[in-house]
Amino acid sequence: MSFDVPADRRYLESHEWTTTDDDSVRVGITAFAQDELGDVVFVELPAEGDEVTKDGEFGVVESIKAVSDLVSPVSGTVVAVNEVLFDRPELVNEDPYGDGWMLEVEPSDPEEFDDLLAADEYREQIE
Amino acid sequence: MGLRKPPLHATHAERDASFTEFGGWEMPVEFDSIRTEHAAVRESAGIFDVSHMGEIRVSGPDATTLMGRLTTNDVTELDPGDTQYACITDDEGIILDDTMVFRLPDEGAPQYLFIPNAGHDAEMYARWVDYRDEWGLDATVRDVTEEWAMLAIQGPDARSLAAEATDGATNDIDRFRTAFLDVSGVRSFASRTGYTGEDGFEFLVPWDEAETVWSAFDCQPCGLGARDTLRLEMGFLLSGQDFDPVDEPRTPYEAGVGWTVDLDTEFVGRDALETVEREGTEERFRGVVLQQRGVPRSGYEVVDADGTRLGHLTSGTMSPTLGEPIGLGYLSTEQAPPGTRVRVVVRGEPKQANVVTPPFIDT
Repeated sequence: MSFDVPADRRYLESHEWTTTDDDSVRVGITAFAQDELGDVVFVELPAEGDEVTKDGEFGVVESIKAVSDLVSPVSGTVVAVNEVLFDRPELVNEDPYGDGWMLEVEPSDPEEFDDLLAADEYREQIE
Repeated sequence: MGLRKPPLHATHAERDASFTEFGGWEMPVEFDSIRTEHAAVRESAGIFDVSHMGEIRVSGPDATTLMGRLTTNDVTELDPGDTQYACITDDEGIILDDTMVFRLPDEGAPQYLFIPNAGHDAEMYARWVDYRDEWGLDATVRDVTEEWAMLAIQGPDARSLAAEATDGATNDIDRFRTAFLDVSGVRSFASRTGYTGEDGFEFLVPWDEAETVWSAFDCQPCGLGARDTLRLEMGFLLSGQDFDPVDEPRTPYEAGVGWTVDLDTEFVGRDALETVEREGTEERFRGVVLQQRGVPRSGYEVVDADGTRLGHLTSGTMSPTLGEPIGLGYLSTEQAPPGTRVRVVVRGEPKQANVVTPPFIDT
């Protein structure tokens, strides 16, 4: 099976993605990750204003069969949380790069993006 | 040591199933999604490959005595074609495994087939042989786990699907009864039992002919993931998780299956269980329904409003049928009877929950 890996994002080996806009970025999990998890039934996310750290845990995603920590691809301040997921966690399965986004973060160190995997590097890892 | 594989392993791989290790077997855990598979079984029908379940055949003049002394229930109640759920306990009354016992048609002497859980077949075979020899009984014991594949058809439409595949032969089988019959021309053993709470059949079919029987049923293939959520909604015990002689040692009375214990029979563990029955148990197997967002899981602690420990969970999930988080576990008999408000500790957070008596759903 081959999974969508949008070229305009950067990735962690632990299957989180981030956009790379200047002022604020969106963070979520990849199509591969949601497929591995199966039916997502619960997400636990930080609150607006919380700080997240690159490679630090920022929350938890649970499917019917598994519990998985969420790891932040960036450091910075959380400026928005996708609260829709609290009632509709299945959006993580249905649209992992779109409506299934998790956080919006104001990055404190844009240079961190250089350490992340590019789309083709991430694709190699999951194939 | 390599994992054991069911005969349909390649068929499932071709169907893009994902696999998991369970009881020393590599089994399909998910074909499409647990939610889809679960809903199919509750609403129409699903087919499961459960060939990881063990099969031990016991026959001979003393077969009834041997079966009776190693299981908690009264095996003498069984006529040929009957089934019985029972526990297998040690001297202390601790459950080693739970099992279905089938009485087969007599062939000069009584014959039984019982179904140990995945990975328990070798241990149970050895237990039966050792006790047979110790007691000097005349019975033949054979581990036939890898001679028979086991396929389960479950759901409200299972009965009509089974009738189609067997030229109506399954229509004559009452609940908890069995028969030998042909499925698509393959001589099989059918039992009107299951592990989902729905009507249906479990078919034992010759290992090499599993493919013919599997493809005779046009319904949703289901993996162990859905099998787990379905049994959880019914509060059915999972061997090795809701009880385990090492990690979760429990008597049938604690585990809510005291009804499988017949103290008027002689069996290994009987005397210990008579004491447990008389004195009662400190903890009992209960259900919990979370009132707050979260998913209960095996190992989570259950506490009261002051944080005092009341017990712990052994299983849990988000119920696909109810859309509510449900759990099973052992709670203080006195402090947490059904109706009690408790807290389930999810990653350090106490979440409100109600204690209930399973099943969680009506089927």
